[in-house]
Amino acid sequence: MAQATHGVGGLKYDASKRARPAELNVFVALLLITAVFEILGRLVIGDSFLFNTRENVVGLFNQQRLEVIILQVSIVGIIAIGVTQVIITGGIDLSSGSIVGATAMIAMSFAQVAIVNGNPNPKAIFPELGWLDLPVIVPILVGMGCGLIAGLINGSLIAYTRIPPFIATLGMMVAARGMSRWWSTGNPISFPTESYAAIGKGLMPVVIFITLAILFQLIMSYTKYGRHCYAIGSNEEAARISGIKVEHHKVLVYVIAGVLASVAALVLSSKNLTAQAGMGVMYELDAIAMTVIGGASLAGGRGSIIGTVIGALIFGVIISGFTFLKLDAYYQEMVKGVIIVGAVVLDQWRQRRQAIGG
Amino acid sequence: MEEVILRTEGLTKHYGGVHALENANFELRMGEHVAIMGDNGAGKSTFVRQITGVEQRTSGKVIFGGQEVHFKGPLDARQAGIETVFQNLALADDLDVPSNLFLGREKIWLNLGPFSILDFKGMRAATEKALLRTAVKIPNLGNSIRKMSGGQRQCVAIARTATFASKLIIMDEPTAALGVQETTQVENIIRTLKANGEPLIIISHNMRQVFDLADRIVVFRRGRIVANLLKHETSGEDVVAYITGAKTGAEYADAA
Ligand SMILES: Nc1ncnc2c1ncn2[C@@H]1O[C@H](COP(=O)(O)OP(=O)(O)O)[C@@H](O)[C@H]1O
Ligand SMILES: [Mg+2]
Repeated sequence: MAQATHGVGGLKYDASKRARPAELNVFVALLLITAVFEILGRLVIGDSFLFNTRENVVGLFNQQRLEVIILQVSIVGIIAIGVTQVIITGGIDLSSGSIVGATAMIAMSFAQVAIVNGNPNPKAIFPELGWLDLPVIVPILVGMGCGLIAGLINGSLIAYTRIPPFIATLGMMVAARGMSRWWSTGNPISFPTESYAAIGKGLMPVVIFITLAILFQLIMSYTKYGRHCYAIGSNEEAARISGIKVEHHKVLVYVIAGVLASVAALVLSSKNLTAQAGMGVMYELDAIAMTVIGGASLAGGRGSIIGTVIGALIFGVIISGFTFLKLDAYYQEMVKGVIIVGAVVLDQWRQRRQAIGG
Repeated sequence: MEEVILRTEGLTKHYGGVHALENANFELRMGEHVAIMGDNGAGKSTFVRQITGVEQRTSGKVIFGGQEVHFKGPLDARQAGIETVFQNLALADDLDVPSNLFLGREKIWLNLGPFSILDFKGMRAATEKALLRTAVKIPNLGNSIRKMSGGQRQCVAIARTATFASKLIIMDEPTAALGVQETTQVENIIRTLKANGEPLIIISHNMRQVFDLADRIVVFRRGRIVANLLKHETSGEDVVAYITGAKTGAEYADAA
């Protein structure tokens, strides 16, 4: 009976009864959308979106464009890894963009150099405190601490006071943004140490994004933590009755999301060599869109990190596709809006189809 | 057969002003199968939730295996050996069969706290074994249970109780949503449990089923126990009379 098959009860294991992984659909969508831009490019501006058309460069693909696409989604992608976990548990996190702002400001003020071109750093934010030329581990730990605290507050509010995640994280969104403005009374913070500047240099954001994505994909697929995320999002009451410590788990999920947002902040401020109070505005929506495009359901219980990575690529392809077609930046903003709403509409449609057993 | 596995004394649960369960005195002996009957809203599920630690009782005592117990949560009750098939199934639709069977007490391959790595092979093997007892047909254990039939889902829920060594099994309306064939399957599982001497509480509206399976019938009405009847000393008509309130057991006269 219990041979190598996975069928039970006299039924032969039936490979056709195996559900197709949702990521496959998302991947096909990525290919289709890329193909659309390729065709549009050839028709409208007579250039290739994907392939190398320049004589003086070798290689089949337009390497530069591919790098730009993945680089521009990497930082928000790091946030989306956390947002995916939140959404799988049936929650939502609107605070990630503001956590990026607050973390960037606070971490950067621990990452400034003492001497710029032989003079004392003119942009030193707290010169009297002597927070200058500190080893890079200090801003990293301080930054991740910011994300941890924000996540802890989000998670505790949601788990123990039963405030809906939407409201709790909306509060954090406003509060953390206020924090980032208050921290240096609105002044940007720049001149980081060389080791801090190395965090987000070149393709480092991509490396960090992919590493974290692989790590969390493994965690979601193979650990108790991952299994409980899906269980809670799927049926919170069942999870509780089964003995899962739902409240503890939720706090942990929001803490992880907060810390990942702060990692994104470290990478972003390092890459830009400066931190500004307005950093990360709207990132939460981009991250949610990537997650939902990647197949996660806002109702909880479904989604994956791989899906979100592909969702991030779709997001990146669409944005750089519009740049490539030489559309105005204003259009891009509008297109982003359409993508975000479209992703949610798509999710609603998928949910309804599930409900009628399609 | 005399040893009492479960006893409740004055078990009471109020939801605000709703007196869902009032002063329930109940006893279950080793190897005994007891059916609980009663109209919708009589307090049957509430009774189960107080015993299994899903809710905290308003007052009263629960004595399990000779000791008074205070389960803080459902996991406490399960660890003490009470396995329950809840009325609303308590399954996670997006997870596959083994994950549902082991929900909340996964087999661990490498212990890393919350990030412990799961023993998928072990869980799958145990699942196949448990499902064999239920004779359910499931083409692929690795699929999410969302699209499974009511009977398949019910069998998953029941297999869950059979997977773990238990001292008491409680089933709250296990066949309410099932077809004839599926009902027969579930009833066969219950007969097996009886043959193995495993004590069981089954809540059911199905008179034929109750008379087939149970040794004793306890009737709930409006939050109170109104009758405690040995199967061979009673009849269907009699039970209906207790359920509807036409009759009340002599020893429960004050409850009417
Ligand atoms: N969580 C709750 N809050 C308030 N009232 C409840 C709750 N659960 C059950 N009740 C009420 O308690 C009574 C008994 O319900 P229940 O135990 O589900 O009945 P049964 O399982 O016998 O059909 C009903 O009147 C029901 O409305
Ligand atoms: Mg009930």
